[in-house]
Amino acid sequence: MNWFRFASPASFYPLAGRLAPWFGGGAAGFAAAGLYIGLIAAPTDATQGDAYRIIFVHVATAWMSMFIYLVMAFWCAVSLMFNARLAAMMAQALAPTGALFTALALVTGALWGKPTWGTYWAWDARMTSELILLFLYFGYMALRQAIDEPRRADRASAVLALVGAINVPIIYFSVKWWNTLHQEASVSLTSAPTMAAVMLTGMLLLALAAWFYSIAIALTRVRAIILERERHAGWVGEAALAVRGVR
Amino acid sequence: MKARTRRLGWIAGGLVLLGVATALVLNAFQSNLVFFFTPSQVAANEAPHGRAFRIGGMVEAGSLTRDSDSLTVHFRVTDTARTIPVSYTGLLPDLFKEGKGVVAQGTLGPDGSFHATEVLAKHDANYMPPQAQAAIDKAKKGMTMPSLHERSSGQ
Repeated sequence: MNWFRFASPASFYPLAGRLAPWFGGGAAGFAAAGLYIGLIAAPTDATQGDAYRIIFVHVATAWMSMFIYLVMAFWCAVSLMFNARLAAMMAQALAPTGALFTALALVTGALWGKPTWGTYWAWDARMTSELILLFLYFGYMALRQAIDEPRRADRASAVLALVGAINVPIIYFSVKWWNTLHQEASVSLTSAPTMAAVMLTGMLLLALAAWFYSIAIALTRVRAIILERERHAGWVGEAALAVRGVR
Repeated sequence: MKARTRRLGWIAGGLVLLGVATALVLNAFQSNLVFFFTPSQVAANEAPHGRAFRIGGMVEAGSLTRDSDSLTVHFRVTDTARTIPVSYTGLLPDLFKEGKGVVAQGTLGPDGSFHATEVLAKHDANYMPPQAQAAIDKAKKGMTMPSLHERSSGQ
């Protein structure tokens, strides 16, 4: 099977349309299971009581905020290298979802910080670098909007996204490199998780839900972007008529 | 060389250069990026003079006292090597506890005591049900008891 066939917007458009509902359904399923475990099945925490339960949303959104940026930067690199339209469209489709998860991570973190640390916000390295991530997403989207010619917008915003990618490892390792108010990671690739198994299960299920949601929403959004940017191509007219059920 | 290989070179080279530049900048600003200073750093005169800063460490077990007629509390912050006495007037966060992490903002008095204007609790990344915590505490007690016994019998 020739995968490069799907680098063409015309052939990727129907594929994305077929895949998106499955990922959407998966997201709903994982979210329901994860929320059940997190809010009902999991026990309270010995130190924090019920306040710790915000971890189930906070960690999933924070991981996703960083991971989406890396995926976006990857597509930007591909678009610069191969001059590939679809890669730039994928990056464009991911940005609003990444910004959404970053904002959610910041808000849930603030709501968690007040009952535990005693403050909504502190200018420590973890929180400040995550806030910079939000501004990077905003900057990427604003730069795209500011340039009318799509191919020039692709190139300029791709460079910005790639430069900003340096912030992601800074966010991730900030709690190791500097002393911060934020605690270190409970789950990492190098050591055993420091949380009870049932809590970990709920957290990972919600992380999976965030993945599936992001994929579903990015595929749906990229379809809209394809229609808008390829509107002069013949097949788009037919696809649009099919959507309206006229064909 | 193909155009796309050349572009990959530019992208990879640019990212490496950017990474090195960022590492150098972050290294240069190392002391400005820390959220708090430990009592050892304060003792070594690494903390800023004449302006507010934060100290962080553990609340020393058994050091917390409350004034009977006001909201003022006194406790000692330790990093096991050095200790700083802290006074603070106000409400303490729920997770503030002896033996647990704390970050206090304020100024260092000439007598070496720290006058805090804000006290935050710093918690660790361990999450477990209360029963499991109780079991661990019990096991720890079981482990330390014989050693205490040994020490007392040895003397």
